[in-house]
Amino acid sequence: MEFLLTLLGATLRIATPILYGALGEMIVERAGILNLGIEGTMLLSAFGGFVAAQLSGSIYLGLLIAVAIGVLLSLLMGFLSITLGLNQHVSGLGITLFASGLALFLFRIIYGGESIPPALEESFPQLRIFGGTSLEPVFSQYVFTYAAFLLVPLLAWLLYRTSFGLRLRSVGENPEAADTAGISVFRTRYVALLMGGALMGLGGAFLSLAQLGAFTHGIINGRGWVAIAIVIFGNWRPWRVLAGALLFGGLQALQLRLQAEGVQLPYEIFLMLPYVMTIVAIAITGRNASYPAALLKPYRREG
Amino acid sequence: MNIVEMRGITKRFGTLVANDKVDIDLGRGEIHALLGENGAGKSTLMKILYGLYQPDEVTITIEGRTQPIRSPAEAIERGVGFVSQHFSLVPTFTVAENILLGYEQQFRLDPAQMHTRVAQLATDNGFNIDPSAIVGKLSVGQQQRVEILKAIFRDCRVLILDEPTAVLTPRDTQSLFEILLKLCAQGLAVIIITHKLEEALQHSQRVTVLRHGKVVGSQETSSTTSAELARLMVGRQTTPVQRPANANASEPVVLEVSGLSVADKRGVHALNAVNFQVRAGEIVGIAGVAGNGQSELVSVLTGMLQPQRGAMRVDGQAVAFGDPRACTRHKIGRIPEDRLRGVIGDLSVADNLMIEQLDQFTIVGHLQPHAILEHAQRLINDFQIKAAPNDPVRTLSGGNIQKVILARTLAQDPAVVIAAQPTRGVDIGATEYVHQKLLEQKQRGAAILLISEDLDEILLLSDRILVMYNGRLVGEFDAAAVDLDRLSLLMTGAEKTG
Repeated sequence: MEFLLTLLGATLRIATPILYGALGEMIVERAGILNLGIEGTMLLSAFGGFVAAQLSGSIYLGLLIAVAIGVLLSLLMGFLSITLGLNQHVSGLGITLFASGLALFLFRIIYGGESIPPALEESFPQLRIFGGTSLEPVFSQYVFTYAAFLLVPLLAWLLYRTSFGLRLRSVGENPEAADTAGISVFRTRYVALLMGGALMGLGGAFLSLAQLGAFTHGIINGRGWVAIAIVIFGNWRPWRVLAGALLFGGLQALQLRLQAEGVQLPYEIFLMLPYVMTIVAIAITGRNASYPAALLKPYRREG
Repeated sequence: MNIVEMRGITKRFGTLVANDKVDIDLGRGEIHALLGENGAGKSTLMKILYGLYQPDEVTITIEGRTQPIRSPAEAIERGVGFVSQHFSLVPTFTVAENILLGYEQQFRLDPAQMHTRVAQLATDNGFNIDPSAIVGKLSVGQQQRVEILKAIFRDCRVLILDEPTAVLTPRDTQSLFEILLKLCAQGLAVIIITHKLEEALQHSQRVTVLRHGKVVGSQETSSTTSAELARLMVGRQTTPVQRPANANASEPVVLEVSGLSVADKRGVHALNAVNFQVRAGEIVGIAGVAGNGQSELVSVLTGMLQPQRGAMRVDGQAVAFGDPRACTRHKIGRIPEDRLRGVIGDLSVADNLMIEQLDQFTIVGHLQPHAILEHAQRLINDFQIKAAPNDPVRTLSGGNIQKVILARTLAQDPAVVIAAQPTRGVDIGATEYVHQKLLEQKQRGAAILLISEDLDEILLLSDRILVMYNGRLVGEFDAAAVDLDRLSLLMTGAEKTG
């Protein structure tokens, strides 16, 4: 029992940054834009937040900077893909390359060639609910984690129960119809991108300001790409995205635990497990995926 | 008083003058037919009224207010609605969501209240629509009604319909005009863009004919005749195709298809036990509303789709499925549904003309430019293709691309011709030409299967008509004795036995 509760606690922790990234990506894709800049955005946000926190001594300022970086990079994505109407794959990958390169470049300038990753003196603490009870291992989480899970119903409500959500989805499905209904496709897509960017920034900040309290080059380690896969797995729906993030987090937690238990298999097998399972899950569910119809299509009025 | 007056509309695309000083008036409560061949400038004119195109010279007066229309949003605000052939609906949304999109009134959505609001609107205007239905699951006719309702909801006083009946069954067409008449009685003005003479004659009060971007006639529909309108549209007397005597039932069967079934992953049948025969010198037409298995049938017969069950024989020999080259071996000529998929746009006319007989034009893999050029020149002459051998095919007009495909296919003297939508989107001149060529092939003794959504075309050319509904052949008619009412019923599935 205790094993399971500990595993569940780890699952929630591991799922948190993925969930932020996937929810952010989901909103952006629902508006018709694939943001492949997610990996770089999360990395630069994690880095920027970390530097700001370390220099100022305030983790809150660090958090603000991380979110601001997510928003700014999304603004750039918007300029390339919405305003200029460039290919979204190229724009997104360009941003990931740019942001990752910039993060590593600035890291070298600020910290030189340190072999031990720099750490914060003070990072976000865990918030214990049910302390002393047997549920403690599940509910010893960072505030980010609780917030991420609250975001799921909030976003579901926003997407399906508000005029804003209806308009956002219409822009991703049929921008012409939205345009003739007097909805600004440009503005709606920008808003979606900025919201998504803020969430990606939070995902990065969680890693460097809370879970690790430190920054390393490999801090994101493909979580952005996994988030994109989880959006497809989740069929662009908040609750299913949550299920996808939990599935990935659970497998990751399990493999870590199995490694620690000393099961006699090469550790690479364990490392592979969550990724292999993600591919399998996508292969099964992805065939019935209902992509937003206008995904990847820049919108231009005819004539 | 006129609700819309457009004066001196001129629109150029590069050197092409799409509209040349067009004047048109629309009265309150009238159905006005805008008639013309493809490319006559009808759609351009209406897209100007809807703010999609900005004309070079213009005065547009709506309800006495003269002011340019710079965007669809402005057009809607001035009371203009546009229902194009490609519906501007969100298929994953409900009817209510589609109609209220952009006019939700409040941040929090209340599905029950949205349902009531749209239900009320529908009842008030005599529409029978479920506001909670998902639009993507509705039939084309129903989707069109959603579009019209959407326009009315946005307080449309001038409704433009672009080829509204192109995708409808005869029955849906009828109920469309019933609805329009009711709306006109309440003062709505309707413009119907069409190239169907009969439709203009039957349903409009006024008709304006465009040819080469100019107005060549505008009058009360009651004071004109179909012959006069046809002359105006085409600019010459049309000569109906000379129909040769019907096929002789004693001719041998050339194409035989039996038990053909195609099912998708969910087990839904796109084709269900389809059987038919086509004799030498016979044209068999497959009639049906789009999406009832015709595309799948064409794909199977042209080697692009592997059926689950069934067999196909040409001259008694079994043809392997899923192998386009088998078609060439068995002399099956193919005129594909989508002509742009039948040619390679960036290759020249000459290359496209020989691509199915590559072997004859290469020596150990080396292309023989002289033979290719000669071949092309011969076909360009024979088939009156308006192009040079080295022009890339994509630069040709639709009609000429269709001629390239015809030339390539028919020059091989095929035993069987599978002609899918052979005149879709080409002008009257090219249509007549295609019909003539198909009849020539029939005379020569080819077995021809004609699949078309254009019922008039089927009626005009076929010796026998088969009706396709829901993947099955549900009826057969001798062309000499077609009961049109029953044909419509079969096409819509209202009558199941055949």
